[in-house]
Amino acid sequence: MTDLAATDPLPKPKRDIAPILLPVALALVTIPLIGSPSTWLTLTAASLAMGMMIFIMASGLTLVFGLMDVLNFGHGAFIAVGAYVATLVLAPFAASIQADSLWMNLAVLAPAALLSMAVSGALGLVVERVLILPVYGQHLKQILMTTGGLIVAEQTLYALWGPQIIPMPLPASLRGSFILGDVAIAKYRVLAMLIGLAVFIAIQLVLNRTKLGLLIRAGVENREMVEALGYRIRRLFLGVFMTGSALAGLGGVMWALYREQVHASMSDDLTVLIFIVVIIGGLGSIGGCFIGAILVAMVANYGGFLVPKLALVSNILLMVAILMWRPRGLYAVTSR
Amino acid sequence: MMILSGDPPRSRILTLVLVVIILALAATPFLFPGAKALNVAAKICVFAALVASYDLLLGYTGSVSFAHTMFYGIGSYAIAIALYGMGPNWAAVATGIVVGLPLAALLALAIGLFSLRVAAIFFAMITLAVASAFQVLASQLSWLTGGEDGRSFQLPQLLRPGTVLIPKSLVGFEVNGRILTYYLVFAISALMILALLRVVNSPFGRVLQAIRENRFRAEALGFRTVFHLTYANCIAALVAASAGILNALWLRYAGPDTSLSFSIMLDILLMVVIGGMGTIYGAIIGATIFILAQNYLQSLMGVASTAASEAGLPLLPGLLHPDRWLLWLGLLFIASVYFFPTGVVGRLRNPAGGKSAGSSH
Repeated sequence: MTDLAATDPLPKPKRDIAPILLPVALALVTIPLIGSPSTWLTLTAASLAMGMMIFIMASGLTLVFGLMDVLNFGHGAFIAVGAYVATLVLAPFAASIQADSLWMNLAVLAPAALLSMAVSGALGLVVERVLILPVYGQHLKQILMTTGGLIVAEQTLYALWGPQIIPMPLPASLRGSFILGDVAIAKYRVLAMLIGLAVFIAIQLVLNRTKLGLLIRAGVENREMVEALGYRIRRLFLGVFMTGSALAGLGGVMWALYREQVHASMSDDLTVLIFIVVIIGGLGSIGGCFIGAILVAMVANYGGFLVPKLALVSNILLMVAILMWRPRGLYAVTSR
Repeated sequence: MMILSGDPPRSRILTLVLVVIILALAATPFLFPGAKALNVAAKICVFAALVASYDLLLGYTGSVSFAHTMFYGIGSYAIAIALYGMGPNWAAVATGIVVGLPLAALLALAIGLFSLRVAAIFFAMITLAVASAFQVLASQLSWLTGGEDGRSFQLPQLLRPGTVLIPKSLVGFEVNGRILTYYLVFAISALMILALLRVVNSPFGRVLQAIRENRFRAEALGFRTVFHLTYANCIAALVAASAGILNALWLRYAGPDTSLSFSIMLDILLMVVIGGMGTIYGAIIGATIFILAQNYLQSLMGVASTAASEAGLPLLPGLLHPDRWLLWLGLLFIASVYFFPTGVVGRLRNPAGGKSAGSSH
């Protein structure tokens, strides 16, 4: 360790870039394996789009855990609720969805997405107050309570909308692909990538450039200290929880449009995927969650193309491999 | 008291309820004629053992596993595939047991060694992920498992309904292979529950409880907590796989819906919490309440739903539809975690202080 003079700038914290290089390396390694560059580009675009959607859904979960040590097993319910609420707007305006005008489509899609976010955010408020507040600090009961919440939410969706699969067609202007040479990239995937990037940048800006973000990061690192400094961390946490729920709702709408259908059981499948992502990323880390989501999506897409049989367990293998390398995920932010 | 390993129910009402349940189960073939009653009774036996093994994990070690149905499914599929492939003989039954049980134990060992060294919360997430992968795997490997259709098979001659062991003319009722199978299920389930009682009341069980209460302190006392937790995980997996074997033998079928689906996992969670975590007896109570409700309350809900829709009430028909009964159980589940975390058994043992007990953290 070298001595620092008082006037010297503080040493910059070391940047840990190995995890960032991981998806890049994975993408590069697969080029020769896949063979055709155009297929590779299509697959890469598909994984990036899928990764962004998963990231949007998972970001709330990881922050909530990091900040308050609460693991919400019912996080998937917000995803399903978001998707179902969107059908409320999209179904009556089916005509303008099918019109071949980007602006008309967006004029319906945007309110639908906003309504979904509002409803799942509000639901987040209820869930936090009713289910999580009584069991702070007790992991076992948190898991049980939120699992119960997941059952109730799913069953209520069934009761309100019925058990059938609801189709959710993509707007006319988002169908089809951009063709560049012999590479076809679906338009909707581009939109998903843009929204995902926007959400990631927005979260990073809020976390790193605002006082609110400073408090959240401080809270993740040491909750008691922030409380001791006089901040009401409970309220902060409620805000983060609601934001995370709203983002899950947004992710639900995007995922439903991606699959072009809505079903209450979508929450089950996605919950597993999201858990793998937040474990890989390191609980509480947004950056890790982002990389984890892209990794999971890449493994799903490349793996599905190269060895379809392996695709079933590829996520688990990825998780095992990452945890062997870094037992607490890519970025371990919490000391827990 | 020897047979209960020195851990009696410790409540007069609880003892009475348990005795009634066990006597009713033992006498079901004669008391309640008909296939449905016998099916319900067999399911209660199987689930009581399955839930008791889950209680060993949840109630005694405090770790939430979502992979318990996976072990249950391994047992079911092992016996089903063996009997399907080798034909209805005892060698096939033995093969199923010899392959299924070690497989479940090995998988439990692998999961335990991999994930139990981290916090309980990681364990829950990892088991959930592994279980869902296993479920997909079982439905995809259709050449082996029969995919979504599952595997139906025939039992050895002795256990078939057509085999009359004691004719009706002799004692007034017929004892056939079906009833023999039922008593096989009943006896093995009872043995497994007694064995679990033995485990939790052994020094080993005490260490598990110490880990549940304070893992660091247990470690500081010199116990290798990962070893103990993994061991408990393996025992639970073995019992779950055995319960799976019994279930498959009873149904003469193993498929994703009856032995692997995530909804069975939720059922187990509901049963153990409603019955009472960390008591083993809670498993019997929980399984009985839950399965009776599942089989008989659902038809009641159907009646209520029809009545509500005839009366022209909004929403209620949908909420009361028989398929929505999990909604009400989910609400009951949340309420019981919140208001009486020690479940029915804890409530009966300690009527006043239901809330204070078990919520020390």
